[in-house]
Amino acid sequence: MTDTSTQLREPWANFSRQQEAGKFGIWVFLASEVLFFGALMLTYTVCRIEHTEAFAAAGRETNIWYGTANTAILLTSSLTMAMAAQAAAAPERFRRLVLGCLLTTAALGLAFLVVKGFEYKEDIDKHLVPGSHFALPQAGAQLFYGLYWLITGVHAVHLSIGIVLVSRLILLGYLRKIELRENPEVEVTALYWHLVDIVWIFLYPLIYLPGRAS
Amino acid sequence: MTTPNEKTSSASDLWRLNLLIWATLMALLFASLALAYVPMGFLTPAAGIIIGFAKAGLVVFLFMELASSRALIWLAALSGLVFVAALFALTLADVLSRSG
Repeated sequence: MTDTSTQLREPWANFSRQQEAGKFGIWVFLASEVLFFGALMLTYTVCRIEHTEAFAAAGRETNIWYGTANTAILLTSSLTMAMAAQAAAAPERFRRLVLGCLLTTAALGLAFLVVKGFEYKEDIDKHLVPGSHFALPQAGAQLFYGLYWLITGVHAVHLSIGIVLVSRLILLGYLRKIELRENPEVEVTALYWHLVDIVWIFLYPLIYLPGRAS
Repeated sequence: MTTPNEKTSSASDLWRLNLLIWATLMALLFASLALAYVPMGFLTPAAGIIIGFAKAGLVVFLFMELASSRALIWLAALSGLVFVAALFALTLADVLSRSG
């Protein structure tokens, strides 16, 4: 077992209670995040019901290869994040494995943002920003792209926060300022990262798949 | 109490299980991509969403280890789901019942 006394924080009397509280706290936070993104997806759903054809036409204009590549990148980052969290929680010493998986996770997160940047550039070049020079004639298509920029933008902010949190663990763990083994901060960061992945799992069929069969 | 991690003691065991989950997630991703091009009426968009739920389920239950978590954690996780379900149900009850 790790000496957990250095990781024990106030107001908890023992480390296992602290671990439980940390895990419960992040799950409550994630539930609030589900409501936040849920409200945005509900707005999308209502607009899509009202403008079915326009949403199909707008969906066809998205770049499915960027979207699919980014989904694969985030799913892979969830694999490395899960490995980091499980290796950190294991009784054996897996310090190098934990650090390697955290580093890969952060790199995949950055790769997602780079691909998204290329995609945003292409969207701007194709005049897919709502406004007077918008490329598509349907009014509903402007609603689709208004929601596209809003939701993917908010998601990118969440992912950027995740990259900062993972990078912090890598830096402090590498410098041995914190003990990664059995550290609740690793589990809490991993749970946040997975939620950001789950949000994208639902955004993928909503943004990139509409209108492909018609 | 024994946690799942205490049962899987080697790094290769951890990799084996998690790579299997990852491969399933990737297969589901490509299935949703392929099905999006198949004209099946309302089932085409439904397939993408249903596969999304399957992928999210794998991440929540296995990567986030909700399956082996205590009841208190389930309560927190379900609270988010219940409130989102209420949000969708009440709003769509209005939108879908409007005439014209």
